[in-house]
Amino acid sequence: MSDQYPHFSSMGDKAILIEFEPNISENTLQTVLNCKKSIENILCKVIVEVINTYSSLLVIYMCTIGDVYSEVLSLKALIAEANIGKNINSKLYHIPVCYDEEYGLDLHLLATQNKLSFSEIIRLHTNPIYTVYFIGFLPGFLYLGGLDKMLMISRKSTPRIKVEKGAVGIGENQTGIYPKSSPGGWQIIGNSPLEFFDKNGQPPCQISVGDKVKFYTVSRLEYLNISTEISKNNFQLKSENYEG
Amino acid sequence: MKAKIQVLQPGLYSSIQDIGRFGFRKYGIPQSGVMDSYAAKMSNLILNNSEDASVLEITQMGPKLQFSEATLITICGAFMNPKLNEKNIFNHSIIEVKSGDVLSFGKLEYGCRAYLAISGGFMVDKVLNSYSWYEGITAVFKLKKGDELFYKRENQSVGQKNSGIRVLTNYIKDNSITAFKGPEYHLLSNQQEQQLNLFSFRIDQKNNRMAIQMQEPLINELKPIITGPVIPGTVQLTPSGNIIVLMRDCQTTGGYPRILQVSEDGINALSQRLAGGNIKFDLQILK
Repeated sequence: MSDQYPHFSSMGDKAILIEFEPNISENTLQTVLNCKKSIENILCKVIVEVINTYSSLLVIYMCTIGDVYSEVLSLKALIAEANIGKNINSKLYHIPVCYDEEYGLDLHLLATQNKLSFSEIIRLHTNPIYTVYFIGFLPGFLYLGGLDKMLMISRKSTPRIKVEKGAVGIGENQTGIYPKSSPGGWQIIGNSPLEFFDKNGQPPCQISVGDKVKFYTVSRLEYLNISTEISKNNFQLKSENYEG
Repeated sequence: MKAKIQVLQPGLYSSIQDIGRFGFRKYGIPQSGVMDSYAAKMSNLILNNSEDASVLEITQMGPKLQFSEATLITICGAFMNPKLNEKNIFNHSIIEVKSGDVLSFGKLEYGCRAYLAISGGFMVDKVLNSYSWYEGITAVFKLKKGDELFYKRENQSVGQKNSGIRVLTNYIKDNSITAFKGPEYHLLSNQQEQQLNLFSFRIDQKNNRMAIQMQEPLINELKPIITGPVIPGTVQLTPSGNIIVLMRDCQTTGGYPRILQVSEDGINALSQRLAGGNIKFDLQILK
């Protein structure tokens, strides 16, 4: 592969992968999302979906691609014309997290390994404004970038068979929330009572790619109160327009 | 009129599927859909159903089903010695079912997954634009004893349907799986590349609608990649060297190197392989 980005390659006979410089950054995300928009607008009749991760776009076609070369040429042209400017309206969501040890199964490990107190961990985790880079892995699993370097910790060498719904975890330089219980390898530091996926919702995920997330700490009692409010459909998720 | 199938026995793993749930990957929702899209499409085609009608995907050991009203059915894919009221019936043909009839399956002769299509499709809930069952998205994800499946009563006779369609079955027994280079193929060492191209691999016990693992690992020192998109047919190489072919229910993103991308036909063929069976990747260059 050449080192020139974006790099185009076919991924099987029905998809083309576009790779940008492989990093986790706001600039790359902005480029990726602008290109995504321009491809979706122009090719909507022949594609099923365009999906993004940190630094790539996958263009999935409805039919087998007859001529990869000409398809890549038209994608290149679309990308060259894509808007460079910042034009994505994002929202900032405030997410309650209970960092009690009851939920934060790996708080001890993180504290020991990274030489931090529990209160420092909570401060460092609630301080940043995180960016939602994409939703993947599980329905409603938000991949958040912007983690403080001091909280970085590698994944478990053997994943847990069951991570609880709402678990807030750290995996390398990413943080995220398990929208339902599932096997998982991230280190767990707390739990959020919120629902991050509703199959009947329109859309099924209220928080979307490009949005911002900030965590705030709640006690165990507040956690339980919020859970009750959610089950009664009374909870109002705090959000505001965000202009970076 | 609404007719129903009573599930007397569920079989090993039977689920309602259609061609898949498209357009929801952005929320992390898997595509799902029939594992062997060729066999499922043929079963609908023979009945003159629309291409996206739902079918019952039957894995290895078939269910026992009782029909409340007349209809027409067809079975394609794996051959499991199907019987209607204890009388042998055949794959790829249109079967007239009468009120009270019982469909059952016997010994698995070849393949792994059979598809039962019914005139007009099964009447199950459509969730996010698809009938495909998937845990967490649809209310149920596999057939249980005592379940009821609804369908439309059908009084047409066999004569009005497409009975003359030729259905291929050679791919069900073929060991060769067509694949293309994956995004991280270029990272493989010469030795890994040779092993991947020349060796046969055995299907591991770890195989389901999400993924099929190979028994023989490759020696591997490749590091994980920055999380990127994956789709059915993506072949991942784990840090311990396991080769995993992602199937229809796979996650939408992954962090293991994507060394191959199996073709649509290859996914269909793999869907019909049992644990212990041998396969070989047939690497093709895309034009």
